[in-house]
Amino acid sequence: MRSARNIFWLTIKELRSLRHDKMLLALLFFALTFSVYSQATGISTEVHHASIGIVDEDRTTLSRSIANAFYPPYFNDPVPISADEVESSMNAGRLMFVVNIPHGFEADVISLRGPEIQVNIDATAVMQANIGASYIQNIVNDEINRFVTGSDESSDLTVNLVTRKAFNPNGDPTWFASITAIIDQVTLLTIVLTGAALIREREHGTIEHLLVMPLTSFDIAVSKVCANGLVILIAVMISLSLVVETILDVPVAGSRWLLLGGIALYLFFATAMGIFLGTLSGSMAQFALLVLLTVLPLQMLSGAITPVESQPDWLQPITYFFPSRHFVSFSQSIIFRGAGIRDVWQQFVVTLSLGLVCFLASLFLFRRSIATSK
Amino acid sequence: MNVAETASVTHRYGKMTALDDVTLKLPAGKMVGLIGPDGVGKSTLIGLIAGAKQIQVGEVCVLDGSMGDSAHRQAVCPRIAYMPQGLGKNLYAELSVAENLHFFGRLFGQSAREREQRIGRLVKATGLDPFRDRPAGKLSGGMKQKLGLCCALIHDPDLLILDEPTTGVDPLSREQFWSLIAEIREQRPGMSVCVSTAYMEEAERFDWLIAMNAGQVLDEGTPSDLRGTQSATLEEAFIRLLPESERGEIEPLVIPPIATSDGPPAIIAKGLTRRFGNFTAVDHVSFEISRGEIFGFLGSNGCGKTTTMKMLTGLLPASEGEARLFGKVVDARSLQTRQRVGYMSQSFSLYEELTVRQNLMLHARLFAISEKQKRVKELATRFGLIEELDQSASSLPLGVRQRLSLAVAILHRPEMLILDEPTSGVDPVARDGFWRLLVDLSRKDNVTIFISTHFMNEAMRCDRISLMHAGKVLACDTPTQLIEARGEESLDRAFVGYIQDAIPPVNSGREGAEQEPKSQEHHSSEVGQKRIEDVIGSQHAVGTETTRSTKRVPRFAFGRLLAYTYRETLEVMRDPIRLGFALGGSVLLMLVLGFGMTTDVEDTRFAVLDQDQTPESRTYVQSFRGSRYFHEQPEITSHSELQSRMVSGDVSLVIEIPPDFGRRLKRGDSPEVSAWVDGAMPFRAETIKGYVEGVHVNYLADLARRAYGSTPSFYYADFESRFQYNPGFESINAMVPSVPAMLLVLIPAILMAVSVAKEKELGSITNFYVTPTNRLEFLLGKQLPYICIAMVNYALLTWMGVYVFGVPLKGSLAVLTIGAIFYVTATTGLGLVTSCFTHSQVAAVFATAIVAMMPTVQFSGMMQPVSTLGGSAQLIGSLWPTTYFMRMSVGAFTKGLGLHDLSGDLWALAAFSPVFVLLSAILLRKQER
Repeated sequence: MRSARNIFWLTIKELRSLRHDKMLLALLFFALTFSVYSQATGISTEVHHASIGIVDEDRTTLSRSIANAFYPPYFNDPVPISADEVESSMNAGRLMFVVNIPHGFEADVISLRGPEIQVNIDATAVMQANIGASYIQNIVNDEINRFVTGSDESSDLTVNLVTRKAFNPNGDPTWFASITAIIDQVTLLTIVLTGAALIREREHGTIEHLLVMPLTSFDIAVSKVCANGLVILIAVMISLSLVVETILDVPVAGSRWLLLGGIALYLFFATAMGIFLGTLSGSMAQFALLVLLTVLPLQMLSGAITPVESQPDWLQPITYFFPSRHFVSFSQSIIFRGAGIRDVWQQFVVTLSLGLVCFLASLFLFRRSIATSK
Repeated sequence: MNVAETASVTHRYGKMTALDDVTLKLPAGKMVGLIGPDGVGKSTLIGLIAGAKQIQVGEVCVLDGSMGDSAHRQAVCPRIAYMPQGLGKNLYAELSVAENLHFFGRLFGQSAREREQRIGRLVKATGLDPFRDRPAGKLSGGMKQKLGLCCALIHDPDLLILDEPTTGVDPLSREQFWSLIAEIREQRPGMSVCVSTAYMEEAERFDWLIAMNAGQVLDEGTPSDLRGTQSATLEEAFIRLLPESERGEIEPLVIPPIATSDGPPAIIAKGLTRRFGNFTAVDHVSFEISRGEIFGFLGSNGCGKTTTMKMLTGLLPASEGEARLFGKVVDARSLQTRQRVGYMSQSFSLYEELTVRQNLMLHARLFAISEKQKRVKELATRFGLIEELDQSASSLPLGVRQRLSLAVAILHRPEMLILDEPTSGVDPVARDGFWRLLVDLSRKDNVTIFISTHFMNEAMRCDRISLMHAGKVLACDTPTQLIEARGEESLDRAFVGYIQDAIPPVNSGREGAEQEPKSQEHHSSEVGQKRIEDVIGSQHAVGTETTRSTKRVPRFAFGRLLAYTYRETLEVMRDPIRLGFALGGSVLLMLVLGFGMTTDVEDTRFAVLDQDQTPESRTYVQSFRGSRYFHEQPEITSHSELQSRMVSGDVSLVIEIPPDFGRRLKRGDSPEVSAWVDGAMPFRAETIKGYVEGVHVNYLADLARRAYGSTPSFYYADFESRFQYNPGFESINAMVPSVPAMLLVLIPAILMAVSVAKEKELGSITNFYVTPTNRLEFLLGKQLPYICIAMVNYALLTWMGVYVFGVPLKGSLAVLTIGAIFYVTATTGLGLVTSCFTHSQVAAVFATAIVAMMPTVQFSGMMQPVSTLGGSAQLIGSLWPTTYFMRMSVGAFTKGLGLHDLSGDLWALAAFSPVFVLLSAILLRKQER
């Protein structure tokens, strides 16, 4: 009871201190609005404005109509180039795809000789190469079909395949990218904010003051978790409703409250991680490097940038202990698939337990770090 | 003749006025003292005269020129020496005594031989000779100040400016310091000295005094002028100069005798010892303090007072011995004891951003005091804080802050108070008021007070005092008895006597070695005199080699740049943890990210909803089972199951076969198969879709082959897809070269930013302000070591890319390496730029991480080529150096490119580095504001 009251007042104190740090709040605002917006609209992991070149050696109606079939937003307007420019323009990264239409192509198509059309793909753009290649194939096939049959209807095959994308029917990349952006920002901001609050308190000597009062390390740590978590949670709520739902128009399929609950759990982990790293590091420089060491893997291996299933088999069990992976997974489920608590409770539990582990570890180190700080 | 003059100088920090229309003259060739309590503008005035601070309003002339003129500053700064306030503030704690001195010598362009000569003589004269190799951070307070003086004297200044050089130094060292200055002045009568001090006793020996209060000059003149006929001491004279409202209570403080109490002692310390590594901070300290007693704890900074107090409060566990409060062993976890003890730490440690009321209320709540409002009101009245109740603590003068700290410490009515130098830096009047409160608490409320101080007149007010030196208690008794025991006339002299006795005669052990030369020097002033003559004589000889007035200071000197480089390198090498993080951390990240970030979509979890269950439908499904891209999960039986399993993310792909599939296929009726792909992650959905279509086409081909015996062509043309550069289409070939590009921006930029911010925070940046160093020398000098660290990182990461990840470096290693040099120059430059905007290490880390993280990870082409980014993202990407290095790295590794193809990116990178460095040079201030 007494502890709860202490935590409450310490949390109020933290919030008051935060209110005075205008620079931090400005950065927080910037990160969760502008950064999220530009990342969401800027990034698309699929093909989008891909640069394409056409080597047209045929110069016929068909070859020209193929060239004209590439247009934004998937592809930029094709650049006509000659065969000997192909290598240099791909080397310099100016062109991602080059379609080579050989001499006599149209004639061969008409006489059903099955001519070969060559597509050069810059395979270092690993996310776009494959998808782009299949787009190009489809676009070129459609053009040839239309040229030969004179109609848009494709002929029936023995078995027709209809592919439907569930949950995001148009495959709009903004939806996913905005969530990724929020997750990235939240991880970094929360850890740095909480850790820095602890280190600052240690440097100003106020932490000693707290420790000679009838407070436990638990009270102090929990109040930091609450205050910083609350601030970020509110910022995320604003970002979600204003930037993601209103400006970017991303529909949230599931329960917002469930999502909020999940975010709160993740913030518990991130604040605890911040305190843990803060107690672990002796100086600001060390803290900075430790943050990098933790935040980068948390961000990059969360499944938001590359799919978790693609990670090597030995790594997947390790990333299972990254709460960011569960955060990405359950927020995707809730936002896109409309998942309910029954679908995500396991991930909630894992996130909570990992947060608890961090929290307990930081409590364990708390006094020790105060003692060695001087 | 005046060495410095100020005319109508006004200086403000935000709303606070530090100097208010100050006009004064400092006579040349004299020892001029600025006296007055802390926070009256002494340091600001001194900073302005030294050229360390930027003039806001008014005129400051030093050595016949305006300090507002940067050309004049540059010309005279070799003739001025400035030692800022704070023990060892301008020293580098990780560097040894000799290295510190060499650094300053280099900044003034002295040759190795000249430096060696000067340093040799200076350390001999100051008794630092035996400690040449000891890191400055491990010197005692007195020795730090001596080293600071040596650093200031290394270039034979005409004007020596010392800002509170003896604050926090033990009496013996203090005495030695002043006699050292006196001897130097005797030998160089032309040198002017300007000193500020808060100790009025010290000011007696100065030639000329300027008394200051609240940003204004109260009076100036010789010490006897100031004393006049009415005051016996300068302290009294100073109080008389103050406006009436600030004089405090006129009647002298009378301390009623302590009532003898026969209860058990309040504090017992028995053989209390604390070690940090192999350094013993507190060495078997024992004492007993009875209830209601005011017990004084005297000693210099770093002698173990604070450590002892922390052990008493339970903040620090004792290595040996025990402490008992009220008969109970101190237990860090006991919340009951904390209710009975009030603690006030050395520096102001309340929340500066909260108001006085909020601070008091917070503590009242945490101590669960009943009738909080009433208690807060009561304390505010008692401590004279009523008017300040709603001001934020940061805006209060130091004296008021200390009152607030004390109010907070006694808020919960503790039976014991532990006060760590509560009056350090507080003006005499406020100190007097503070003591009235203490006496009140002790005599009326019977509170036991354990207080540390280095003011002798405060020590005289204590019931008993203990003298502490180098971790040991030298003596413990009432002040008068201590004086009598030594047969001295003052406590100060008695203390000096005790310290001298405590120093063993031979060089044995740590303290012995440290003290021995000092005492020698102290006693045999003749020898000291001789040494000083040596110093001065030789320095003059050196000085005349190049006549001062004609010696021009070059605007840019490579030597100064290298001095910074050398120093920074030493500091980095002495922090193995930071270096280890920087190198080991990037290796670890490379491993995790290089292996972990892969975009190869494999083993997609799929399930089948087969509503047909005919041999035909099973054949269709079979074609998916064989593919390495798909991994089958238990079959789905209903549409609702399909929905729920996709929602839970159990499967990412469902193949749905309609009920009449087999029948329609046989009829040639083109049945329709549906493939449901989880679209939450668009890239993955798109890739899966491609695979599904591929499998489907294969199935059709198989079907046709079985039916007609030949493979039909479904299309009019054949596609030949050539995956250039990466034929196996493995993402590792693109990801592994990308990771170094990412790591080589984040780690070097943050290290760099922290390194500059650290100088700002700890105050050693003053050396840049007051020496002839220019901005580029400072920035480039500090940047060089970090460029080297980053290049070591680059080498490690490249080696790993080739040998650990097996990604061959097909292109030109030489070109890539040149690109890397440009790149890390740019990224460390980025750290310099962000550090210009920030004043603390925290802010530097925060700003650099936030500024650098997003463009590096998202907009520099790792996941998506910059050319295909949209709007602002593309703009940011193309203005970010990582974009170009990422392209170079992938180009050199995977595309096998050489100079010809990479030259464009190389030029772009080459352009970034000077831009960042120049930008930071423009943003960096050469003076403090």
